[in-house]
Amino acid sequence: MNLTLHVWRQKGPNAPGKLETYDAHNVSPDQSFLEMLDEVNEGLIRKGVEPIAFDHDCREGICGMCSQVINGVPHGGQDRTTVCQLHMRSFKDGDNIFIEPWRATAFPIVKDLVVDRGNLDVIIQAGGYTSCHTGGIADGNALLIPKPEADYAMDAAECIGCGACVAGCPNGSAMLFTSAKVAQLAVLPQGKAEAAARVNNMTEALKDCGFGNCTNHYECQASCPKGINVKFIAKLNREYLKAIAS
Amino acid sequence: MILDGKCPTGPIEKTWDKHRFDLKLVNPANKRKYKVIVVGTGLAGGAAAASLGELGYQVEAFCYQDSPRRAHSIAAQGGRNAAKNYPNDGDSIYRLFYDTIKGGDFRAREADVWRLAQVSNNIIDQCVAQGVPFARDYAGYLDNRSFGGAQVSRTFYARGQTGQQLLLGAYSALARQIKAGTVKMFPRTEMLDLIVVDGEAKGITIRDLVTGEVRAHVADAVVLCTGGYVNVFYLSTNAMGCSVTAAWKAHKKGAFFANPCYTQIHPTCIPQSGDHQSKLTLMSESLRNDGRCWAPKKQGDNRKPGDIPEEDRDYYLERKYPSFGNLAPRDIASRAAKEQCDDNRGVGPGGRGVYLDFAASIKRLGEHTIRERYGNLFEMYEKITDENAYKQPMRIYPAPHYSMGGLWVDYNCMSNIPGLFVLGEANFSVHGANRLGASALMQGLADGYFVIPYTIGGYLAQTKPGAVSVDHAECKRSVEEVNGNIKKLFSIKGKKTVSELYRALGKVMWENVGMARSDASLKTALKEIPKLRDEFWNNVNVSGEGGDFNQQLENAGRLADFLEFAELLSKDALHREESCGGHFRVEHQMPDGEAQRDDVNFCYAAAWESKGVGNEPELHKEPLKFENVHLAIRSYK
Amino acid sequence: MQMLNSTVGRKILMSISGQGMVLFAIVHMMGNSSIFVGPNGINAYAQHLHDLGPLVWVFRLVMLAFLLVHLTFGIMLTLENNAANPTGYAVNKKIKATFSSETMIWTGLTLLAFIIYHILHFTARVTPGVVKGVDALGRYDVFTMVTSAFHNAGTALIYVVAMAALFLHLSHGIQSFFQTLGWNNDKTQPGITMAGKAVSFVLLAGYVLIPVSILAGILTK
Repeated sequence: MNLTLHVWRQKGPNAPGKLETYDAHNVSPDQSFLEMLDEVNEGLIRKGVEPIAFDHDCREGICGMCSQVINGVPHGGQDRTTVCQLHMRSFKDGDNIFIEPWRATAFPIVKDLVVDRGNLDVIIQAGGYTSCHTGGIADGNALLIPKPEADYAMDAAECIGCGACVAGCPNGSAMLFTSAKVAQLAVLPQGKAEAAARVNNMTEALKDCGFGNCTNHYECQASCPKGINVKFIAKLNREYLKAIAS
Repeated sequence: MILDGKCPTGPIEKTWDKHRFDLKLVNPANKRKYKVIVVGTGLAGGAAAASLGELGYQVEAFCYQDSPRRAHSIAAQGGRNAAKNYPNDGDSIYRLFYDTIKGGDFRAREADVWRLAQVSNNIIDQCVAQGVPFARDYAGYLDNRSFGGAQVSRTFYARGQTGQQLLLGAYSALARQIKAGTVKMFPRTEMLDLIVVDGEAKGITIRDLVTGEVRAHVADAVVLCTGGYVNVFYLSTNAMGCSVTAAWKAHKKGAFFANPCYTQIHPTCIPQSGDHQSKLTLMSESLRNDGRCWAPKKQGDNRKPGDIPEEDRDYYLERKYPSFGNLAPRDIASRAAKEQCDDNRGVGPGGRGVYLDFAASIKRLGEHTIRERYGNLFEMYEKITDENAYKQPMRIYPAPHYSMGGLWVDYNCMSNIPGLFVLGEANFSVHGANRLGASALMQGLADGYFVIPYTIGGYLAQTKPGAVSVDHAECKRSVEEVNGNIKKLFSIKGKKTVSELYRALGKVMWENVGMARSDASLKTALKEIPKLRDEFWNNVNVSGEGGDFNQQLENAGRLADFLEFAELLSKDALHREESCGGHFRVEHQMPDGEAQRDDVNFCYAAAWESKGVGNEPELHKEPLKFENVHLAIRSYK
Repeated sequence: MQMLNSTVGRKILMSISGQGMVLFAIVHMMGNSSIFVGPNGINAYAQHLHDLGPLVWVFRLVMLAFLLVHLTFGIMLTLENNAANPTGYAVNKKIKATFSSETMIWTGLTLLAFIIYHILHFTARVTPGVVKGVDALGRYDVFTMVTSAFHNAGTALIYVVAMAALFLHLSHGIQSFFQTLGWNNDKTQPGITMAGKAVSFVLLAGYVLIPVSILAGILTK
């Protein structure tokens, strides 16, 4: 099939950017979206045009590196699918495809479709851990964690930190990302000791990084390639109230 | 030169404890005077940086991704071994040690493997304390499952994302140290040279991938945790950014490269769908429990799988290995699939694939049971291929997955360059010629959490902190060299793109140095690789400018290193006139197709010393002694 | 104090103040519905409220506090959120966010304007043309005031538009309250959302019924 791409091109963080139009010819339905972009880039290089810069790495939907808004939806809007796992068979011959970077003040553009997501690391650094030391730990079975709790923690821990929740959120908020970590550690006994400080520090960091406030649009859950549920935000809110009360 | 791994002697059970006691210590007040560079933030690097930072060293950590959380350890699916013996099924440290030595086809050091088995239990405890949500039973106890190469259930797992969860655990420990100020993190940086001063590793030269700046960082020791090199085959299950570059730069500065020919080809991956393919996706090996491998009997049979009657199907694994059937070991299964396709009986695009058929199991157990066991894998398969594996057989094909070889290290995980430590997949130490499932995660974390924190002290205690500054002539020379290299890449302005040449290298490597290697094929590769390298340096087109975010330049640099490394890998494969584990020489096989080792002549680790590009590398041997496990034919029959 | 600066704290203050006003709206609507009983219904109800004396003022001050908290943080959050995401996408597509969730600030400001007008209209009774009087029993004749006001189609329209804004505001706001306080989970959330919309609709219907039935001549003196 043949497609028309409208791709955001921006030379650097402070340079002006705009949508450029490129043609993608002979696209195979079995190609992944990124492989289609690879081929467009090959064509651009041959023509002496600078190829489109985009983040990608594992190409199997787990590293969280790929980050493109396709036709207005982060990762292209297929259920539980990252851009790298999006395949061209979900497009039709002659389609116009708009490809834009994650947009949020807290994610400044580095180049073209590449953004700086360092602020997500800052949120984790504010408390997304248990303060255990290396070594000197009791046996793994010393703490019993019933299956429902372990499953709940795992549901939250599936977050790949790609930032789609922020890109999709009308408020540019990273609340789903933050809540996934808060909820995972709050439900496990080893995380409970620091739960109050964690929820305060992480939400404080979220604000300081320039992310917006959560106003319950739930667009984050719809954008999330791992289907992280907004129930974790409700859990974060409960944890916050508990912290206030304590 | 005969290399010495400096393994402790005496009863194997006491080696690590004794060695820990013998190691020199750095007193707590002095630790903060020492600076350590950690390159790579996967399981090994993340764990090492966090643990060293916590001990009080000043740590600088580097990764090429935009966050330390994205290292490719994250993609590991199955699980992680530990000899906890929770299921009470007869496991022990000794048994894990034994299984790993045997699984590695008797090509690993006993003492290293013992240590790995011993600390495996601590790692589980550590990860649990970090909040890793391992699978549990309803009573709250940790759950185990079985994995290949072992008869006990010792694999701990977190759904199909064990690697992700372990990495996020290490990442959270690292985040805590970054916050505490003990670790300084440099994401989006790539190591492009090792700085060696008076024979000791004292720093690295990196390129900032955002600004393009090339600069030197100095330290009192350098720890490389930069993963494996199977992207030399172009298509592999590795991430796009995985490369040999950091290890190769260290090799060119004097570090020995050991056993590069030991590469693992995983039998169950989704086949290539066309020339556009950029990477291959692994499907868990567990599928072979319920799937039957077959290929059409007739050559070039283009019928749909459902239209091929039973009598025209060749269930080749069941035919060739009646006792093991579809559960034949990884290397055997991989080679058998290749044979079918080489015989023009492969299926799917390009005829590079065989069927993995669940029809019989679905009939026997019902679709529901199969869905329960493998639902997520079937879903992933459908996403990529648009085929419903409940209705028609899966197509699978082997793909490069892991590299057992790596930089040579002694028992302390220190290379032959003092001050240069190498951890995880980047070193060669514990997997011998073949790695067992669920052992890679174990090794990365063992090295990072429980080995390097002790052994680095032994080295640092004997060095003066802060001996070298960035103004040192070696640093300047290194930065100039890296800049010169970048300039050279831009100046070629040839006709071929980086990925065209990369695909060409991958084709040469896969066809000649892949699953089955012969004297002739290796010699062909050794002729083709230098030609490609010449073409690269004369005809590659790297667009853009240096002082910028430039992915073409990154890829070109990585390919340049692969083009040199590929030659060493092929040479090592040519020199090793035996078959063992992942290294299969067609000249050396048993009548039944099993690998035929030559313990008289090749029971050693081959460590290669660089003598410059295009020159013959020098081989150093480290003899392997087996005092606890007897050398035997590796058989799972 | 920490709550005033925290992103979650302010959200909780928003939701509690908002929900306080929702409760008031429900009671207010039920009280208003006494108009359908005739002059005796609503005038007696009004007199009853009046007799509460200082309690009415306590109640009014609490409501004012809710309103101010809700208004202040609502504007602050909106400004911050706009700053956090200043540039939209070339293609603007939302999957889960709704018209009502995205227009909270506008429906909210509409309601603010309406509340001011409404207080001036029926509480302070200072808008032009408002009918002030007492009924035969000497009570404030609320019935006549309301019915004569809504005979004017323009006035009735203002009330109908405002109630439409209330419906939109609350169909996001009510379920949002449960999420913000964490009184839900993934299983109960769809039910809560439905219930929130149902309550919003009942409020819309209950309030709009008065001007519409007056205008249609169903409810007359």
